[in-house]
Amino acid sequence: MHTGLESPKGVWWKPAHRSEKVWFSLAFGWCIVLFAMMPLWHWKGGQNPAGTRSRVDPAAFAARTQEFIETYQVGEENGFPIVEPPPGSDVYLLGRMWSWSPILKLRKGAEYTLHISSADVNHGFSLYPINVNFQVVPGYDYALKVTPSEAGDFRVICNEFCGIGHHIMLGRVIVTDEEGNLAVAEGESTEVSVP
Amino acid sequence: MNVLHRICPATGLKIDRQAELLMKSHAVMATVALLVGGITAILILLTRWQAVHLLGPVWYYRALTVHGITMLIFFILFFEMAVLYFTSGPLLNSRIAAPRLGWLAFALMVVGAVMTEWMIWTGKADVLMTSYVPLRAHPLYYLGIILFAVGALIVTLQFFATLVVARRERTYEGSVPLITFGAAAAAVIAVITLGHGAAIYIPTFLWSLGLMEVDPQIYRMVWWALGHSSQQINVAAMVSVWYLLGALTVGSVVLNEKISRTAFVLYVLFISMASAHHLLVDPGFGPAWKIVNTSYFMYMAVLASMLHGFTVPAGVELGQRLRGFTHGLFGWVRRAPWGDPGFSSLVLSVVVFGFVGGITGVTIGTEQINIIAHNTLRVPGHFHATVVSGTAMAFMGLTYYLIPLIFRKKVAFWPLAKMQPYLFAGGMLIFSVFMSLSGGFAVPRRHWDITFASAPFGLEFSPTVDLLMGVMALGGLLAAVGGGIYILITVWSVFFGVPLDEREIAHVDARYPAGTRESAASAV
Repeated sequence: MHTGLESPKGVWWKPAHRSEKVWFSLAFGWCIVLFAMMPLWHWKGGQNPAGTRSRVDPAAFAARTQEFIETYQVGEENGFPIVEPPPGSDVYLLGRMWSWSPILKLRKGAEYTLHISSADVNHGFSLYPINVNFQVVPGYDYALKVTPSEAGDFRVICNEFCGIGHHIMLGRVIVTDEEGNLAVAEGESTEVSVP
Repeated sequence: MNVLHRICPATGLKIDRQAELLMKSHAVMATVALLVGGITAILILLTRWQAVHLLGPVWYYRALTVHGITMLIFFILFFEMAVLYFTSGPLLNSRIAAPRLGWLAFALMVVGAVMTEWMIWTGKADVLMTSYVPLRAHPLYYLGIILFAVGALIVTLQFFATLVVARRERTYEGSVPLITFGAAAAAVIAVITLGHGAAIYIPTFLWSLGLMEVDPQIYRMVWWALGHSSQQINVAAMVSVWYLLGALTVGSVVLNEKISRTAFVLYVLFISMASAHHLLVDPGFGPAWKIVNTSYFMYMAVLASMLHGFTVPAGVELGQRLRGFTHGLFGWVRRAPWGDPGFSSLVLSVVVFGFVGGITGVTIGTEQINIIAHNTLRVPGHFHATVVSGTAMAFMGLTYYLIPLIFRKKVAFWPLAKMQPYLFAGGMLIFSVFMSLSGGFAVPRRHWDITFASAPFGLEFSPTVDLLMGVMALGGLLAAVGGGIYILITVWSVFFGVPLDEREIAHVDARYPAGTRESAASAV
């Protein structure tokens, strides 16, 4: 018997006590369960960052977003264009110091490809109150397959530090019901409550 | 001839004079860093506590930058360098391979740390600890970190050189002690980590001078190979300190060298790849890459912590039983030296690190849960439980033995010292749990104003968040009081403390049955 301060003499590669063996087996088994769960859940579960990723020039992405805005703009609020793309289309959301543009108006149950990228530094896409988070990296286009499952007025919090105005960087996503009706009046910034 | 070493009256170890001075210097710098990091911690805490909202945005983000880099890099590494000197030199009865090089490394670390701090405090590096490119800081900010890292790398190489010297000069028999083995694991991880650090900070330094381009996604990948691996240095060093505290406080026994050492090797093998869990919701990598790195590789490192989580408490039990506390199933727990801050730190560190830090870490490190946890307060909630109430708590506990054994001073304000671990770890426990819970409501980390008062749209979090973050703030303040007491005790003991004589120091070691003595350190 010796403490960790003392040098073990001779051969110390000895069989472990039964209690240690049992614990090792339990711990190892549990790690294997965890190890198996992640890929398994990736295939069977519905909660993955499923999307295609590609490199994109930040300026080109900004231009593409601008074109998207001009094509589908339906209104404006607080200086931000409100854009209502048709179901099934490619949707663009650009993060830049310190705003998300445009305001997206999507329809419940329709599938979109949401392209997110940044014009300058890293940003964080955090959809509130759903609490879904993605890292937004300049030079990379994150194209996520999204199907809004509930109508409402959502916010996009920037949750990656992006400079002194980080805390004012808040975006908006409006999801209308299947008929295209608003759950909230347009232009009215209602408070979002936790469901 | 000068006296080049002394014999420790408590442990019988030969303490090399240079090793002792180096350890003292690094420990003092660690405490200075802890003070700076601690003051900024209070400022940030009082800002995030929305009812107080102390700082403006500029100073909030600046203080946050200082806090992160000072605590996670400067405080922790200075202390770990002291641990590396102890485990290679005195613990093996050896001299240090090249003391002058050690002083050069120390100077580099101090100069680097001061340079980086200076840049942040003067507002030239408001980039937070992670400094994700293309957020740009002054070149001297990056240079400071590079100098600090070079210093740390030299100390790490010195550690290996000292192991060679000790082996050649036959200063010990058999294999190196387990604690040295654990420190060696930490040192190997440190070399890997600092390699990644060089691979990212040198290009970033050149980028800040306008000499080259750095891809933001590659920056994140390589930076986290530094950022997360460095936490694994902490874990390996902390676990070594657990074994060390166990030995010093209750004569804790190593159950099986094979199991404990293999667990340390698992840390070395698997942790760098596991850093990928920071990139689970990044655009630059595919699902296969993310899953392989974060499941297979991470869980083998988790296994290592699970093993230590068993062997450390079991070793304490056996140590206690050998000291004569054999009454019933839990007599050894009841008769443990709960008033010895070294021992209570050990227990609190194991419990909070394992149950709060470990469980939160393993859950938010999975691909699916990470989507709802990434960059919310769940992340700092996790790592404050690991690195603060785990690593920092263990290091604080060790300090209560460093003061009598190395500084040869009486621990001042003993009644406060007895309370300190409970205040600190208890406060951090509350802080971490309630911070994690707030994160569950999507409250972002690193955010000055979650009322979004000046944002273009309204957003109001559930009132529950106010309650959770209020409790979090109280826990944080409790921990700050514990941290303040620690700094008061260490500074007072070292600079104004009562010197101990040989006979008194001899009483500090608890490996020899001490009967009813409440605490080893208090006996002096």
